Amino acid sequence: MADKLKLALYWAASCGGCEIAVLDIDEKILKVAELADIYLWPVALDFKYKDVEALADGFLDVCLFNGAIRNSEQREIAELLRRKSKVMVAFGACACYGGIPSLANQFDRDQIFGRVYFDTPSTVNPGKVLPQTSYRVPEGELHLPTFYNAVYKLDDAVKVDYYLPGCPPPPSLIWTAVEAIVSGNLPPPGSVIAEEKAVCHFCTKRKDEKTVTAFRRVHEFIPDPEKCLLEQGIICSGPVTRGGCGERCLSANMPCRGCFGPTPEAIEQGANMLGAVATMVEGKDEQALAKALETVVDPLGTFYRFTLADSFLRLRNRSLTAREAERAGAAPAPKEVAS
Amino acid sequence: MSGKDTFEPRIVAFLCNWCSYTAADLAGIARLKYPGNVRIIRVMCSGRVAPGFILKAFHEGADGVLVGGCHPGDCHYLEGNYKTLKRKLVMDRLLDQFGIEKDRFRLEWISGAEGEKLARVANEMTERVRRLGPLGRTRERLARADALELRNEGGAASG
Repeated sequence: MADKLKLALYWAASCGGCEIAVLDIDEKILKVAELADIYLWPVALDFKYKDVEALADGFLDVCLFNGAIRNSEQREIAELLRRKSKVMVAFGACACYGGIPSLANQFDRDQIFGRVYFDTPSTVNPGKVLPQTSYRVPEGELHLPTFYNAVYKLDDAVKVDYYLPGCPPPPSLIWTAVEAIVSGNLPPPGSVIAEEKAVCHFCTKRKDEKTVTAFRRVHEFIPDPEKCLLEQGIICSGPVTRGGCGERCLSANMPCRGCFGPTPEAIEQGANMLGAVATMVEGKDEQALAKALETVVDPLGTFYRFTLADSFLRLRNRSLTAREAERAGAAPAPKEVAS
Repeated sequence: MSGKDTFEPRIVAFLCNWCSYTAADLAGIARLKYPGNVRIIRVMCSGRVAPGFILKAFHEGADGVLVGGCHPGDCHYLEGNYKTLKRKLVMDRLLDQFGIEKDRFRLEWISGAEGEKLARVANEMTERVRRLGPLGRTRERLARADALELRNEGGAASG
């Protein structure tokens, strides 16, 4: 049993879907159990962090890390698992690009806490209690992790060897990765384990003229399953998104949402998508165009749905200035409201 | 980096080869004055300015971005400037969502004969961005902020 693969799986800021995806390789999971010894998998097995701390550095062969970095505990465990693992895999869109959780980077911590602990209609919090990172009780001091002002992708915190994108990664790719790891037949470090070409390249829908008069959303009508969704006015991220997912969304007649991140040559997934979508609208009159393009509801949330933490701008301005002001212990930072 | 009065904004101007860049040439020949804050990058068509160029310019330290193209109907490539206009209409809304002020991004149609307009737009934009102050969305600043949060909690943790 000495040469069994030593494996750790961890979840940080994620929904749990990646964990389910691991089980979605079906009966092959038994093969994984045959091939590998698991040393940490919080969702399924009862190991403690101190068990991992007790391991020698580099003891683990592989860590599959899903989820983004939202708080200090996640960062600490990422660092711990990095030390203990020979190979660190960013597993899923959140670990690779920030994913859905990084859409919270439109707001800073104060705004998020205010909303969650004071403002939501279902909240009753007369004492205005907020979670504290340390709290004294008769038995001693209790600690909670620090909630960061922004959401980070995994490689902002630690070095990542391989990226396995997707929300969640499809079982076929997970199995490809597992096999590559077991056989030692690994691609160059830094590789994204997916295709180089865009989703459109693999999509079998009929593609004609990319022009529309306005965009519509998926709940508004049932699109023709044979025809390109963009051409029917549904925003589909296929043109700018890395393929390899198996086009599961498209075969269910739903648009690509972009979870595989940018194609290798994209300047930035969101910006490229903006360019692709905006220029599809027909017309030359500025006012009419402005009206038509208003049907692109929530450009930031649509174009950066999975990659906000990996984009050029990354945060709303306020988050950045608030964060710096807080760290410096200074008066409010100079920007956001122009004088 | 002192007060706002002395702040010299950096403005990146993408000007199309056929109209707006020619206008900049004309402004030079006519000895019209416009501030050196505007750094011109010549592109073959305003339609070549991918949205990523604009965001990257901000990321690399620009305080404002100007795009100049031919007047509607005058595009050397027939419709390049309309494509720019369409992208601009969505880009305005995206930048607003990122908390970046409207005056930091501007699209202007400037023909090869309008050296004066180019100088006026450059002056106006420099003044407006100067009033807004530094954008400070540079990769260095982001990296510094990340380092504060991710690598050095320094007891500054708050709930």
